[in-house]
Amino acid sequence: MKPYTNHTSTAALMERSNVDTDQIIPKQFLKKVERSGFGVHLFHDWRFNADGSDNADFELNKDAFKDARILVAGDNFGCGSSREHAPWAIEDYGFNTIISTSYADIFYNNCFKNGILPIVVTRQELDQLMQEIRDNEGVKFSIDLSAKTITTAAGTVVKFDIDEFRKQNLLSGLDDIGMTLKHVDKIDSFEARQQQTHPWLWK
Amino acid sequence: MNKTMYEKIWDDHLVHESEGQAPILYIDRHLLHEVTSPQAFEGLRNANRPVRRTAANLATLDHCVPTTDRDQPIKDPIARIQVETMMKNCSDNGMRLYDMDSPNNGIIHIVVPEHGFVHPGMTVVCGDSHTATHGAFGALAFGIGTSEVEHVLSSQTLRQKKSKTMRVNVEGELSEFCTAKDIALSIIGHIGTAGGTGYVIEYTGDAIKKLSMEGRMTLCNLAIESGARAGLVAPDEKTFEFLKGREFAPQGDDWDKAVAYWKSIVTDEGAEYDTEVTMHADDIAPQVTWGTSPEQVIGVDKKVPDPKQFSDEDKQKSCASALNYMGLQANTDITDIAIDYVFIGSCTNGRIEDLRAAAKVAAGTTVADGVTAIVVPGSYRVKKQAEEEGLNQIFLDAGWQWREPGCSMCLAMNGDELKPGERCASTSNRNFEGRQGKGGRTHLVSPAMAAAAAAAGKFVDIRKL
Ligand code: SF4
Repeated sequence: MKPYTNHTSTAALMERSNVDTDQIIPKQFLKKVERSGFGVHLFHDWRFNADGSDNADFELNKDAFKDARILVAGDNFGCGSSREHAPWAIEDYGFNTIISTSYADIFYNNCFKNGILPIVVTRQELDQLMQEIRDNEGVKFSIDLSAKTITTAAGTVVKFDIDEFRKQNLLSGLDDIGMTLKHVDKIDSFEARQQQTHPWLWK
Repeated sequence: MNKTMYEKIWDDHLVHESEGQAPILYIDRHLLHEVTSPQAFEGLRNANRPVRRTAANLATLDHCVPTTDRDQPIKDPIARIQVETMMKNCSDNGMRLYDMDSPNNGIIHIVVPEHGFVHPGMTVVCGDSHTATHGAFGALAFGIGTSEVEHVLSSQTLRQKKSKTMRVNVEGELSEFCTAKDIALSIIGHIGTAGGTGYVIEYTGDAIKKLSMEGRMTLCNLAIESGARAGLVAPDEKTFEFLKGREFAPQGDDWDKAVAYWKSIVTDEGAEYDTEVTMHADDIAPQVTWGTSPEQVIGVDKKVPDPKQFSDEDKQKSCASALNYMGLQANTDITDIAIDYVFIGSCTNGRIEDLRAAAKVAAGTTVADGVTAIVVPGSYRVKKQAEEEGLNQIFLDAGWQWREPGCSMCLAMNGDELKPGERCASTSNRNFEGRQGKGGRTHLVSPAMAAAAAAAGKFVDIRKL
């Protein structure tokens, strides 16, 4: 996983709530056995017309949002299926930051495994950020993960909160599994203990 | 200190906690299917890491498998590769797989309880959000992403943040026409699809205790649709009775030890939850979703809402866009909505009890003109049982199709799908845009409601039949 670095990028606006992972990456693309190449299918059913051409009405197809790395969206983003193909598609498309008031639990976890920072802001803050994009499509926001701030081109500063360990993992880009396996002695002793106390779980 | 069931299971599985890191939780059982696991196995291979505890895993093929012509090779070449990849990954790692030819095959969340693979007090995960189903047994069961699948395969643990606890207490008596599905949908309607985010829900109260194990599975299955990490029901005599004698249930002397432990994990008297919600089963009517999110649900005797009814601007927008997608007018009676398709199946309602309930309504009826109705049993065991009881014949006589098991139209990945604009009464769990096929319109209902809709060609209030 690539470490997350501070950046200033275009913020794309998606004024929809309950965006589900079925929309983020529709099921017809879940049959691949690889981890890469999902970006071209991101939001497929919204993004493309039946003939495969770009749907001009879909927000992310706007020229102003073409190079966006920040996605600003409505409540409860990423609900539904647990598919990690959703963050894979988001990351592969080019986003590394999402801003919303809330996320579905599994999706939120999945983001951190893929170098994506899902920022939680209040409804008021979201309204403000959305308004700044509406007023000036293509506007850039600066994300500083160490300082936990979003700074807009207009000078608005929004502070956000994130678990310290999640922040550190994003900043370092460290492999979760490797970190856990450093504690393999503790897993061994847990298992040895459980075999004594709950033998039926081991037959 | 008085503890909730969630806290007890958590404490019994805590491997390690250190400052500045997420706690490491031991995982007793890991379930796999073909869609969310291939990249995890690839990760293991790339890092040269073995599977830590093969016996703790159980795998099946369900999402991509055809529900007709099972003796033929899968037509879709990409789906075939996914299935073959799963078979290879399981055989390379010596893992138990109920493949398409196995009499044990079926949807993972149906097959696992059938085999008694999950017990009360366990931690259970799967790369699938409906893992919550197994909370019906008093197991802490939740869905994970593929990176976490890899984490579990290699370490038999997960890094987890502790959830908050919510108690949803359902008092009173459910009408004979209502089911666990109606309870679950009305809870989601009440607290919203994000209402449970950050929580593990424990369902309590008389109406829950009275549910069968199948009903509890339906209820917990839908916990995820309220945003909760997991749902739990306290294990009781029904739970023990269900498990006893099943293949992976404790045997011999172990049985009594296990039951004693299972009894010890229920929530202590006086333990506190972070949030409590109370509902009354008597108030629950058969539910029908009208929109594109499971929270957009209403009693069958009501009308499709008008966006203006919502005070929240966001909800107004969602309502308007859902009505647009669903091709519905505000204020239409739910019982005036005509359907084209009926799907009975999925890990929500693909168990024997569901098929019995639907067959009872379907018996002696005929599927309405222009309506296609299919039954997809949740597993081969369910299918066999239903055939022994003659349920298949009831459906066939009424003009239904009787299929082979799998996820089928729950997510429409295997070729069973709606055409654009088609409207379906479905016993599954998600009415998202395109879930059952691009442009398809899904209304979630109970099996009996689905069967009644098939005969009438529109929704019917089964209380008035
Ligand atoms: S039946 Fe539906 S919800 Fe259940 S596992 Fe299959 S696709 Fe997922």
